[in-house]
Amino acid sequence: MAQAASAPSAQALPELASVYWRPRVDEDALRRRGTLWTTITVAHVVPFVAIAVLIVLLQPLAVAVSLIALAKAWLIPALYAQRGANVVRPKRRLDDEPERRALGLLGDLVGHEARDLYSATGLVLERGALGVWLVGEAGAVLVRPGRRRVFCYCVRVPEDALPSADRTSHLLLALREDETGFATVANLAFSGARWRLRRRLDRRMRPALAAAARAA
Amino acid sequence: MSRLVRMDRSGHTTIAEWTAADERSVESAVAAFRKELDRGSFAVVPQGEGRAEQVSDLPVDADLVVMRRPIAGG
Repeated sequence: MAQAASAPSAQALPELASVYWRPRVDEDALRRRGTLWTTITVAHVVPFVAIAVLIVLLQPLAVAVSLIALAKAWLIPALYAQRGANVVRPKRRLDDEPERRALGLLGDLVGHEARDLYSATGLVLERGALGVWLVGEAGAVLVRPGRRRVFCYCVRVPEDALPSADRTSHLLLALREDETGFATVANLAFSGARWRLRRRLDRRMRPALAAAARAA
Repeated sequence: MSRLVRMDRSGHTTIAEWTAADERSVESAVAAFRKELDRGSFAVVPQGEGRAEQVSDLPVDADLVVMRRPIAGG
């Protein structure tokens, strides 16, 4: 689990050419994106809560409508967090033999603890300069220093027949090549509080998020 | 013995093995390496935990070279 922090890399991920219009992700960009996501969440929640309060004040008998507004205030951030959790949701597995072989290669790439965590949760823990990553087969979660905020990225190998562990190895190697390039190529699906993501995450994967938070 | 590995539907396939002292094995590995690059793959040399280097020429002294396919935002 004790991967070395990858410093901003001198080598650029070649896939950056396919997203040439995106500014490269860095600390400042992550802070801005995080603030933007928080602002959007507040902009969704506050009006519904205000409406709920106002309705009860104006007409106490309309409490049912007020509850609906409160439910929406709760549901919208939850849906965003679900979108974040979906990036690491396990996909369909192939036959046992390719999966076993792919797992062997992934095992060669990571340390003993990371291998155990992957076996238990399906996620590889990788320390980086931007925070601690959890790499899955079709996405990655970045737990930022301070442990409170997460960024969920949707990123994959666009080939259908690869075993799950091979997909994870692809992403892991790309991340190690160029961390900020990796975050630039990937699509941001969610940024928000770690607890929000935890609630929507598959139970099996929650220990990986806890481990990443401890390591962040 | 160094290995050139391609991640594919079988899990992974060793497409070449070589030793630096054996010129024929190196030539064969370089040819396999070039073929994979021509397919659009990228070559990566894992350098211990947390680090990997992308290469465009076969590093003869590396123990393991992994060919990966491009990634994309989902």
